[in-house]
Amino acid sequence: MDSAPSAASPLIALVGNPNCGKTALFNILTGSRQKVANYAGVTVERKEGSLLTPSGLRIRILDLPGAYSLDALTPDEQVTADVLFGRRAGESRPDFVVCVTDATNLRQNLRLVLSLKRLGLPMVVALNMTDIARRKGIMIDAERLSAELGMPVVETVGVKTAGVKALLKVLNDTVAPQSEPRGAVWRSLSAAEIEHDQSEVRRILGLVGGDRVDGVTFSDRVDALVLHPLLGPVILASVLFLVFQAVFAWAQVPMDAIKEAVTAFGGWVGAALPASLFKDLMIDGVLAGVGSVLVFLPQIIILFFFILILEDSGYLPRAAFLLDRVMGSVGLSGRAFIPLLSSFACAIPGIMATRTIQNPRDRLATIMIAPLMTCSARLPVYALIIGAFIPRRTLWGGLEMQGLVLFALYLAGVAGAMGVAFVLKRSGQSGAMQTLMLELPAYHWPNLRNLVMGLWQRVEIFLSRVGTIILALMVILWALSSYPEPPPGATGAAIQYSIAGHLGAWLAVLFKPIGFNWQISIALVPGLAAREVAVGALGTVYALSNTGEDVSGALTPLIAQSWTMATALSLLAWYVFAPQCLSTLATVRRETNSWRYPIIMAAYQFGLAYLGAFITYRVALWFGA
Amino acid sequence: MLNPPAIDMPLSDLPPGAAARVTSVSSGNGKAPAELGRRLAELGFLPGEAVRIVARGMLARAPIAVRIGTGTFALRLFEAACIRVRPEQPQLP
Repeated sequence: MDSAPSAASPLIALVGNPNCGKTALFNILTGSRQKVANYAGVTVERKEGSLLTPSGLRIRILDLPGAYSLDALTPDEQVTADVLFGRRAGESRPDFVVCVTDATNLRQNLRLVLSLKRLGLPMVVALNMTDIARRKGIMIDAERLSAELGMPVVETVGVKTAGVKALLKVLNDTVAPQSEPRGAVWRSLSAAEIEHDQSEVRRILGLVGGDRVDGVTFSDRVDALVLHPLLGPVILASVLFLVFQAVFAWAQVPMDAIKEAVTAFGGWVGAALPASLFKDLMIDGVLAGVGSVLVFLPQIIILFFFILILEDSGYLPRAAFLLDRVMGSVGLSGRAFIPLLSSFACAIPGIMATRTIQNPRDRLATIMIAPLMTCSARLPVYALIIGAFIPRRTLWGGLEMQGLVLFALYLAGVAGAMGVAFVLKRSGQSGAMQTLMLELPAYHWPNLRNLVMGLWQRVEIFLSRVGTIILALMVILWALSSYPEPPPGATGAAIQYSIAGHLGAWLAVLFKPIGFNWQISIALVPGLAAREVAVGALGTVYALSNTGEDVSGALTPLIAQSWTMATALSLLAWYVFAPQCLSTLATVRRETNSWRYPIIMAAYQFGLAYLGAFITYRVALWFGA
Repeated sequence: MLNPPAIDMPLSDLPPGAAARVTSVSSGNGKAPAELGRRLAELGFLPGEAVRIVARGMLARAPIAVRIGTGTFALRLFEAACIRVRPEQPQLP
């Protein structure tokens, strides 16, 4: 009989080194949908699931962040250690520990097993990635290992279910709620104890047959190219460039299809509904607003397709390796690269991923510059403006002009971030040297299931934003832009007499020096909630401000007609820097536990945005744009 | 013995590809964080373990990618300097 997990259900903890395939195992055990990546420390959030053993026992299962030891150095490892020692407030101590190990890297992984054994909790070792080990010729005698360690050892293969059944059986037979907490006093291991553990590991490996240090591995041969002093940076630049080209080139056909579908639907609604307030809301508010954001779904899918593949294959830590000197020159750790790269998707997971950086000052600097990385929410804004103002032209070498401009915008964000990091480094007193110590896991083919799951999660997040925040803001904006109605005999567009029109006129004074008209000024206000909302807002504002024919169609030709090139470039510069995202500021507040840093962040970003847009606008005017 | 006896050197001076074994790990001079030595030990840089330099960066030949046992780690030069190693004599075929 199925029973819901309750506080009385036994709690087991999944523990293991980073990159041991722990998260993939968690997914199979619980069936939960969660992102699986290949670089150290992606599991920063608390993840709990539950499973039902063959005999019907409901077990709660906690996926603890990857750790190299129980002597925590990062906030990540702190969580793991705290939970295991029962020191974490609001968290009961696990009744049972599943230690996940990578069969190809037992020399490293078994030391953690020995440390965990000292906790005195009942535990089992999941010997993961045995398939890869076998292919490498590493045969491990699991029974002997079990006898040596004095605990059950189960062979599992991260993404396959066969070994999971055996693991479930062990859990079924041995897990029971611990009646009273067993004593385990936290104590740092001395260097001598670590060395002693390692000689014990060597002894055990000698007996069970895992003591094989490979000569030149497949990963080494790949690394000879990827980490090559000259070739490596060329490969990295090519990979990043290819991604940005693909975002534009591949997305064109599906984007056109979505655009046509929205226009066709608008035409159908227009014909089917009688003239009414509801019809206006549907066409000018919902369709013009939501439709213009929805169009960017293909580009977001393509961007995440590449990010997920780079993550899952193990290339990302190599990129961190290649960029470490550059990062170090502005006072950042090479470790900061992974949170910063995640910020290209969205600053929020990026800021959360900074928990793997051990030095607090370093972590803060990374948090402060993360929002300058071009997140995918800026993509709709950039794509709209580039599509309207930059000609579709193929330059020499088959390069797309539009893709090139997009690439330049990404670079502008990175350069801005480097500058801010440099200022932060100068303003703070220089402390101890920044460490790197980043694991370069073995390469493997990206798992198709993880890729599809990861992409689907992104699509869901995007669509649910379109369906909730964006839709709600569009309706509010439509109302603000429609009321009060224009007085009888008014000559201008209806929106100019509305609340939004007055607000926009007031803001336009502030934004006039950087070339923004009142329509842009209005759209920036809802765009504070989420950047891509600005596109929808422009759609709504222009739909309502047009006095003539029906404009529920494309926004692109409209802005191409009504903005100057200087205004377009200025708005692009504004979006490179502006803190147009309240969720990011809320995340910074949560991660730093103070209002100070989100306030400083918003202030410096607005300052940079205004300055950047002002310079861009004036220079563009001077060139006669 | 035809070869001169191998002597200790910092890992940061080891030529790429050369096999060596760790002899000792410390936290280096005062500028490195105090827990650095212990951290390196926890990652597996322990006396007796086999090390090899897999790759070096372009600028100032840093950072370096180091194979330790069956794992690979990227280290900055000052981190690698905390690890002393003894090169292995090349094996005769």
